[in-house]
Amino acid sequence: MKELMLGNKAVARGLYEAGVCMISSYPGTPSTEITEEAAKYDEIYCEWAPNEKVAMEAAFGACLSGRRSFCGMKHVGLNVAADPLYTMSYTGVNAGMVIGVADDAGMHSSQNEQDSRHHAIASKVPMLEPSDSGEALELTKLAYEISEKFDTPVLIKMCTRVAHSQSVVEPGERIVPVKEYEKNIGKYVMMPGNAKKRHPVVEQRTLDLIEYAETAPVNRVEMGGTGLGIITASTSYQYVKEVFGDSVSVLKLGMTNPLPEKLIRDFAAKVDRLVVVEELDPIIENHVRALGIPVSGKDLLPLVDEFSQNLIAKTLGGEVHDGQTLEEAIPMRPPVMCAGCPHRGLFYTLKKNKCTVLGDIGCYTLGAVQPLGAMEMTLCMGASIGAIHGFNKMLGEESEGKTVAVIGDSTFMHSGMTGLANVAYNQSNSTVIILDNSITGMTGHQQNPTTGYNIKGDPAGKIDLEALCRAMGFERVSVVDPYNLEECDRVLKEELSAKEPSVIISRRPCALLKYVKHNAPLTVNEEKCIGCKSCMRIGCPAISMKNGKAHVDNTLCVGCEVCSQLCKKDAFESTAKEGQK
Amino acid sequence: METKNIMIVGVGGQGSLLASKLLGHLLLSQGYDVKVSEVHGMSQRGGSVVTYVRYGDHVYSPVIDRGEADFIVSFELLEAARWLPFLKKDGQIVTNTQQIDPMPVITGAVEYPQDLVEKLRSLGAKVDAMNCLKLAKEAGSAKAVNIVLLGRLSHYFDLPQEAWMASLEANVPAKFLEMNKKAFELGKNAV
Repeated sequence: MKELMLGNKAVARGLYEAGVCMISSYPGTPSTEITEEAAKYDEIYCEWAPNEKVAMEAAFGACLSGRRSFCGMKHVGLNVAADPLYTMSYTGVNAGMVIGVADDAGMHSSQNEQDSRHHAIASKVPMLEPSDSGEALELTKLAYEISEKFDTPVLIKMCTRVAHSQSVVEPGERIVPVKEYEKNIGKYVMMPGNAKKRHPVVEQRTLDLIEYAETAPVNRVEMGGTGLGIITASTSYQYVKEVFGDSVSVLKLGMTNPLPEKLIRDFAAKVDRLVVVEELDPIIENHVRALGIPVSGKDLLPLVDEFSQNLIAKTLGGEVHDGQTLEEAIPMRPPVMCAGCPHRGLFYTLKKNKCTVLGDIGCYTLGAVQPLGAMEMTLCMGASIGAIHGFNKMLGEESEGKTVAVIGDSTFMHSGMTGLANVAYNQSNSTVIILDNSITGMTGHQQNPTTGYNIKGDPAGKIDLEALCRAMGFERVSVVDPYNLEECDRVLKEELSAKEPSVIISRRPCALLKYVKHNAPLTVNEEKCIGCKSCMRIGCPAISMKNGKAHVDNTLCVGCEVCSQLCKKDAFESTAKEGQK
Repeated sequence: METKNIMIVGVGGQGSLLASKLLGHLLLSQGYDVKVSEVHGMSQRGGSVVTYVRYGDHVYSPVIDRGEADFIVSFELLEAARWLPFLKKDGQIVTNTQQIDPMPVITGAVEYPQDLVEKLRSLGAKVDAMNCLKLAKEAGSAKAVNIVLLGRLSHYFDLPQEAWMASLEANVPAKFLEMNKKAFELGKNAV
C-alpha cells in the first residue's frame, strides 16, 4: 500500500527489505532517522556506536560474518570513518555492506558544506544518490545487490531535502540472504603484500562498474525538447523537472560514482546545449569536461548553498516567481538554548569569568550566540580538547588561568577521549569541562555510552566519566550542578588557578528529556523588580521585559531558578502551591 | 491539476510537524501525489521553522520557493511576516495572532514590529488572523494551536469533513482525540 514516508525512513525500509541484520551508526543531522527508524524493526540489530569510525568497523565485522550490514552518518562523520572506508574498498565485502551518508547543502545543521562524492571517488567506492523517498527505498535495496555482485562496500548519499522530505513509497517484503564466513587472509588482511594484490582488483572493479553504469536503469535518460540537455542527480533533478517538465532532455544519474562515459557522450550528442545541474562541487561537470564534451555548470550555478526551482529558472531560463516583502525589517529568530537548558548556567559562569572558551559540536555551540557570546572556537567533534592543549602549550600561564575547553558527553565519547589522552600524556595545564546532559541533544535525544541505555531505551553498559578521567591520570576531577551558579563559579576559579590539568563535569540532564521533572514556573514580583535587566544576561527565552519589568513566560519556564540567582531584589517567585516544588 | 503549495511556519517547538504530518496524510488519502519537507536539528531550538506541503497530480520539488505558496499557515505573527515573500500574489495567510519574542527582541536589540496584520493587508495580502492560543485553551490544551489552525485552514478546502477527521484520528493519540476535534471545530468556525 502506498505510504507517505520520510526519505530517511524509506532508507530504513529498504534496509529491512534487503534483509539487513546489523546496523551501527552515530547520529548526525540529517542522517539520524535512518537508524532510529530501522531500530523499530525487531529483525534488525541496531546500535549507536561511540563514533562513525567504530560504527563502520562494527558494520564491516558484521558483513564479514556473512550478514548484510549498514552504517549511517552525516557528511562530516564520513571524514571520521574515512580510514576504514578507504581500505574496505580493497578488502571488499562478504555479505553486502552499505554506508549511508547525508550531506547538508545549505548547512541547516552542520559546520561545513562538504560534498561527500569526493570520498566516493577517492576511496573508489560506488555511490548511489536517490532523489526522493521512493528512490531511497529502491536504491538502498539495489546498493546491496551491487555490493555483493561487485564485492565492494556501497555508499548511498542522501541530502537534507531527500532525507527530510516525505514522498510516496510502496513498501515490499523482507528477504534475508545470508553468506558463510570463510577465512581468506589474502583478501581481508591488508598488509602490504596482500594490499598490492588487491589494488588492481579495485581498479578492475571500477572499470566493471563503469560498464554497469552505462546501461543500468539507475541512470536514465528522459528525452524531451533537445534544445537543452541537463545532466543532474539527487534533489537537483526534482528542481529541474519542476521548472522544465518535459520541455528539456534530462540524464538523471542515480549512480554518481563511477560515472558512465558512453551514456554521457550519447546524451550530449542528442542535445544542442549541455548543462550539469548539481549542488556543491562540480563533480559530474568535471567528468564531462574530461571527456572533452563542451558543458556548462558552475559558470552558471553557485558552488555554495542548496538549489531551488527559482534558482534553476533564473539561471537556465524558466519562469521565476516572486512575492512581496514588508518594508520593515523582520527581526531574526536564531535558535537559542531552551528554557531550563543546563548549559546556560555554566556558560553564564564562563562569560562572567571572561574565559576564553574553545568549543565543540552540540547544542552548547549556541553558547557562542548573544547575549552569552561565550565561545570562541568550534571546529569539529572533539576539537575543543585537541585545541586547548596546543593553545596552552604556546601561551602558557598567559592562557592557562582563563582558558577552558567545553565538550558534551556524547561528543566526548565520540572524539574527546583521545584529545584528553594527549593533555594527560603531553601534560598541558588545561581545564576541560564536560557538559554532561545525559543524552546526545542536538540530533534529537539519542543514547550514548555515558547514559546507561541503548538505542531501544533498554539498560546498557554505562561509562563512568569520573573514573575514566582519573584512569587517564587526572587527579583533579570535579562535578558541578550547572543550575547552581555559586558552585560553578567557585569550582571554575579553583580549577583554572590549579597548576595541573583538570576536568570539571557539569552534570544535569537535558531539560527536554521526558523523565526530567520540572519545577513550577517562576513569576516576577513587580513590586520588587527594579527593571535592572540582570536576569536578561543569561539569554533565557522565557524572560523578557514588559513595561520596564522582567516578565516570565509561564508556558516556557521550567523553574530552574538560574535567573533568581542573578536577581539582587529577590523578585522571582515560584508559582508552586504550598507543599509543591 | 497544478501543484498546490502550503507552507507551515512557526517557532521551533510549536508543533508544526504534527500539522504537516496530518495534512500529508489527508492529501494522500484524497488521491494526490504529495511531498512534505521538514527541517530538523539546529533550527528546532526555538528558531524560525518552516515546513513545505505540496500536492497535485505529480509533485517534483520538495520545497516551495518565493512567490509560490497558495497558503501560509503561521503559528506566530512575526513568522507570517517573515515568510510573506513566499506567498503567491493571490495567496492566503492563515495566522495565529500569538506573539513570541525572538532573542534579539528579548535582549532589546530590536523591537517586535507593531500592527503586522494591518501591514500585511495593506500590501494586498489576504490575512485570516485569530487568537489560536485562546481557542486551543478553550478546547482543553495550549498545545492544540496546530489543530485550531488546521481547522481554520479546512475552511478554504473543498474536502469532506470526514476526511479531515480520519486524518486527525490517524495522527493524534486516542486520549486527546476529542479535545483535538473540539480544537478543530473552534478553528474552523472562528471568525
